[in-house]
Amino acid sequence: MRVLVIEDDREAAGFLCKALKESGHSAEHAADGEAGLELASEGRFEVLIVDRMLPKRDGLSVIETLRKAGERVPVLILSALGEVDDRVKGLRAGGDDYLTKPYSYSELLARVEALSRRAQPGEATTSYMVGDLTLDRLSHRVARAGEAIILQPREFRLLEYLMKHAGQVITRTMLLEHVWDYHFDPQTNVIDVHISRLRAKIDKAFEKPLLHTVRGAGYMISDGTR
Amino acid sequence: MTALAKLLGTTAFRWLLAYCLAFIIASAGVVGYIYWQTNDLLTHQVVQTLDSEVKGLREQFELGGIRLLDKVVAERSANAGSGLYFLGGADSARLSGNLSGFPSELPSDAGGGTFHYARAGGSGGEERSAVGVAIAVPGGFTLVVGRDIADQLEFAGTMRRILLWGLGLIAALGLGGGLLASRGILGRIDGMRGTAETIMAGDLSRRIPVTGDGDELDRLAHSLNGMLERIEQLMVAMREVSDNIAHDLRTPLSRLRTRLESALRDAKSGGVNRDQVVRSIEETDELIKTFNAMLSLARLEAGTSGERTEVDLGELAAGAADLYEPVAEERGIRLTTRAAPGLIVTADRQLLGQAVTNLIDNALKYGATGLGEHAAIDISVSAAGPLAEIAVADQGAGIALVDRERALKRFVRLETSRSQPGTGLGLSLVVAVARLHGGSVRLEDNEPGLRVVIALPLTPAQSAVSSPPGHGSARVNA
Repeated sequence: MRVLVIEDDREAAGFLCKALKESGHSAEHAADGEAGLELASEGRFEVLIVDRMLPKRDGLSVIETLRKAGERVPVLILSALGEVDDRVKGLRAGGDDYLTKPYSYSELLARVEALSRRAQPGEATTSYMVGDLTLDRLSHRVARAGEAIILQPREFRLLEYLMKHAGQVITRTMLLEHVWDYHFDPQTNVIDVHISRLRAKIDKAFEKPLLHTVRGAGYMISDGTR
Repeated sequence: MTALAKLLGTTAFRWLLAYCLAFIIASAGVVGYIYWQTNDLLTHQVVQTLDSEVKGLREQFELGGIRLLDKVVAERSANAGSGLYFLGGADSARLSGNLSGFPSELPSDAGGGTFHYARAGGSGGEERSAVGVAIAVPGGFTLVVGRDIADQLEFAGTMRRILLWGLGLIAALGLGGGLLASRGILGRIDGMRGTAETIMAGDLSRRIPVTGDGDELDRLAHSLNGMLERIEQLMVAMREVSDNIAHDLRTPLSRLRTRLESALRDAKSGGVNRDQVVRSIEETDELIKTFNAMLSLARLEAGTSGERTEVDLGELAAGAADLYEPVAEERGIRLTTRAAPGLIVTADRQLLGQAVTNLIDNALKYGATGLGEHAAIDISVSAAGPLAEIAVADQGAGIALVDRERALKRFVRLETSRSQPGTGLGLSLVVAVARLHGGSVRLEDNEPGLRVVIALPLTPAQSAVSSPPGHGSARVNA
């Protein structure tokens, strides 16, 4: 995946690019808003990582300009906490996701990968399938190896989100944001218990586990063949 | 500095001195004017009397010549009060009058002036002051008409003395009184300054003495003492905070260091221990979480918030309960939600959600230990007049009345071992969120257990809906 990092902190950007490359992506760096906008306009990138505060041109302005020009590339906004701005403003400007500094790299990587998938076609599929697990978004039916599985509404949404991003690491924070619409971290790790409940329903009676825990990062649903 | 120099150096005394001086000058002016006016009036009277007498005598002379004049002068001299007369011939010998001779101080021709004389026939040679005019009478005669002014002079002298004494008294009283008054004020201000200096030297427990008579200095002392109280609290809180931060951050940092060291050893020997690295990363996540919590709290306390929308408290509570229900179930805690329908507040949904989940989090951590299967957490939403209240109640050990206020402060964990994970910022965040929305947080006794209530103003349109308010409570924060 080709990622453009628009970030004025050279050291942070350096680390980020290096880490992205190590994760198998190609990364380029722009140190200010103008340079970033110019590079992004070339349309070569699959994901943009844009810092909120940039010299020459503000991060939000970069995104707004790109969107006005019809550029649909997914954008992850980075912002330092404590600044008087907020997530809503960032998303309104055309950002697709929002991450506050300091962030953990695994969180960032998971989000970048989730974003890139979004840009791919097939977004509006009505059903998901991972191995022998199927989920029908319209009838809200879930089955594994043909056996129907009864899920609570929240469990359904949890599984739906995981399956939408099958094969990708999904962090706890991402689950909180997309399944519960909570943009903060509760102190107790509540997500793990929700996951283990879900796991009990979809994996327990079957030989091959599909819902995996990725240590230090989050969860992933995958049949392991990819 | 000597006491006097110190006194002179005070604003109060300088003002007083200036005021006194102005008062003395004004008094002296008034008194001087009275003196001058009185003197002038008396002098004027004397001059007028002399004038009319001279006029009268001149008429007598014109009527009957020197003979009649001599007779009239003799008559007047006989029953004169303060009138003085002398009629002399060409040889200055006395023809008539009560003056023994021509006053040598008067010009011998025509003209007036003051002179001294010895009263004829009086009590032996007492010299007295007088004013008079000498007039040349045709035929070589000299007429002197005078008036005794000794009494008048004496009166003026007395008056002058009275006035000077009066002025002296005014000055003495003014300065003396001022001195005393400013010494008193100075003493109390010195007391305040002394207290301030001891406090600056490090003794934060000192307070300014209050005399108790409720004057302005007392009121000032009261206000300053209130301020000192607040400063002391802040200092104590600050110290606690830094101690606690140090504690909370040192543990994950040292663990992180150990793990990284161990990972380094593994790297040297060929393989990197993935597990060590992963756990190190988790440790840093904890650090990041604490820092994030601190930063958000700082932001909240500075009064910034995101978007405010209409939030249904019942739905909010249900959402939070839904998030925690599996955890509670796993720990054998019954989690129930009771919500009055349709209670809407205008709020930042994320912040309110965070506040409520923090409360549930705390209840799970501290409110259910040692209760076995009886542990229960109850989340309720109700209306209380113009307010909506979200309460999270547990049946644990609760918080002692004395600790309740402290419990709402930053980084305070009543569990002194700090063994439970957490930033110690949970409740202070709840307080900050409530305040930001114009509400308050109070801790109540759930008998047994703790009941934390967030009271928020309802969105106006429906604040008329009301239900009975909660039971007896200790409001520890407004």
